[in-house]
Amino acid sequence: MISDEHIEILLEDLLTIYGYDFHYYSKASLRRRITRLYTLDKFMGFTEFRHRLRSDKNYLQRFIEEITVNVTEMFRDPGFYKTLREQVIPILATKPFIRIWHAGCSSGEEVYSMAILLKEANLLQKSLLYATDINPGVLETARKGIFPLSNMKQYSENYIASGGTKDFSSYYTCMYDRCLFKEDISTKMIFSTHNLTSDASFNEFDLILCRNVLIYFDKELQDRVLTLFDSSLGVLSYLALGSKETLKFSSVQNKYKQLDKDKIWRKLV
Amino acid sequence: MEKAGVSTLYSLVIMGGSAGSLEVILKTVSALKTTIGFSLVIVLHRKKTSDTLLSGLLSTKTNLPVREIEDKEILEPGTIYIAPPDYHLLFEDDGTMSLDYSEKVNYSRPGIDVSFESASEVYKEKLITVLLSGSNSDGADGFKIVKRGGGTTIAQEPATASFPFMPQQAIDYSSPDFILTPDELVEYLNRF
Ligand SMILES: C[S@@+](CC[C@H](N)C(=O)[O-])C[C@H]1O[C@@H](n2cnc3c(N)ncnc32)[C@H](O)[C@@H]1O
Repeated sequence: MISDEHIEILLEDLLTIYGYDFHYYSKASLRRRITRLYTLDKFMGFTEFRHRLRSDKNYLQRFIEEITVNVTEMFRDPGFYKTLREQVIPILATKPFIRIWHAGCSSGEEVYSMAILLKEANLLQKSLLYATDINPGVLETARKGIFPLSNMKQYSENYIASGGTKDFSSYYTCMYDRCLFKEDISTKMIFSTHNLTSDASFNEFDLILCRNVLIYFDKELQDRVLTLFDSSLGVLSYLALGSKETLKFSSVQNKYKQLDKDKIWRKLV
Repeated sequence: MEKAGVSTLYSLVIMGGSAGSLEVILKTVSALKTTIGFSLVIVLHRKKTSDTLLSGLLSTKTNLPVREIEDKEILEPGTIYIAPPDYHLLFEDDGTMSLDYSEKVNYSRPGIDVSFESASEVYKEKLITVLLSGSNSDGADGFKIVKRGGGTTIAQEPATASFPFMPQQAIDYSSPDFILTPDELVEYLNRF
């Protein structure tokens, strides 16, 4: 079995060999994910596991993919998207140009949802959606804009619950069991790798979404990342987190005011 | 990743339940003394949409504070915490909790096994786990790990459960330390 000492050794290896720093990730989550991967890949012992990770770049990809959780959905938490639609987008509409950053976008479902909201408000043309993730594999999926047909029923229900009134299926075309989102939805998206533990801010934004990413970090890293977001947001810009994430325990909380009950904060003047 | 000494952590009781467990949970919570020295965490299989209903309902039954867990919330003694729907609940060395959105386990999120295992790593013999009514086999594997870690395992007496399958599975596969009726459970918990 994998002990805390083993985890410590793997984290050191990842940092010194590959430059990935997982030291400030949630310990509870690391324990669970690493043990799970070890069992899944049927290693005979820790030495074999460590060797594989140190020497095989392809295995590094798999490791990162399995350690960082990629599960996502379109219009996940429809109430959140409804608030974006009704309270945030009308304010963004008054700007000459709209810049949005999806940090930890996974395979892009959140970005496509956002683009649909902007399109329906006739704002997509003057928007840019920067979508970043630590994992190049999920970004490749996001770029293609192809998602499983089997998910569309759920997404369509979410879309309607978020206040959508169009026929959701008009946004994509399906072939066999896959659906391709139309190009007019994806033209304003820019996908790129960006590691929140080590990379700097790269622009100023009107809205940053970082949903269900901070839950995998410890408090110290959460605070560092929130400070990074703070330095990338102008006054009166918005920050959106996942439905169980909060600014409450962070050092930037006094600079922000929460919109009602949703996990959206506005930066104060 | 400094390890907080286990001695700085309060005792933790986790009640896991599925179909038919709400009644027992309400009954237990309403009969708990307000002087309990442990934190009580409730991990219940339920629909995504029923977010704040449960905490509202529990608050009407007890004078103990009831909280819907947010990420990195700190466990305090004498407080009841409810795992939010659609996330797994994990336990950190520093007495906080983390949420996790990974794959469902036993078709469930929150997973009872997931929370039992994670809590056992940290709380060891300070952990008491309770498995209530349900028609799913979640919790049985978790019991084994809790026992190995020195914690206590309690299954609801299946004859008193609306859906006896879940506690029965745990009894058959993981021989829990105690098999208790809801009344006995209340009595047991009120001793701490
Ligand atoms: C659960 S997904 C969240 C997807 C989407 N935002 C949502 O809420 O549905 C978490 C994502 O965070 C990414 N991630 C984890 N650590 C990261 C880091 N250090 N920098 C950037 N992204 C990271 C993972 O690769 C994963 O795609």
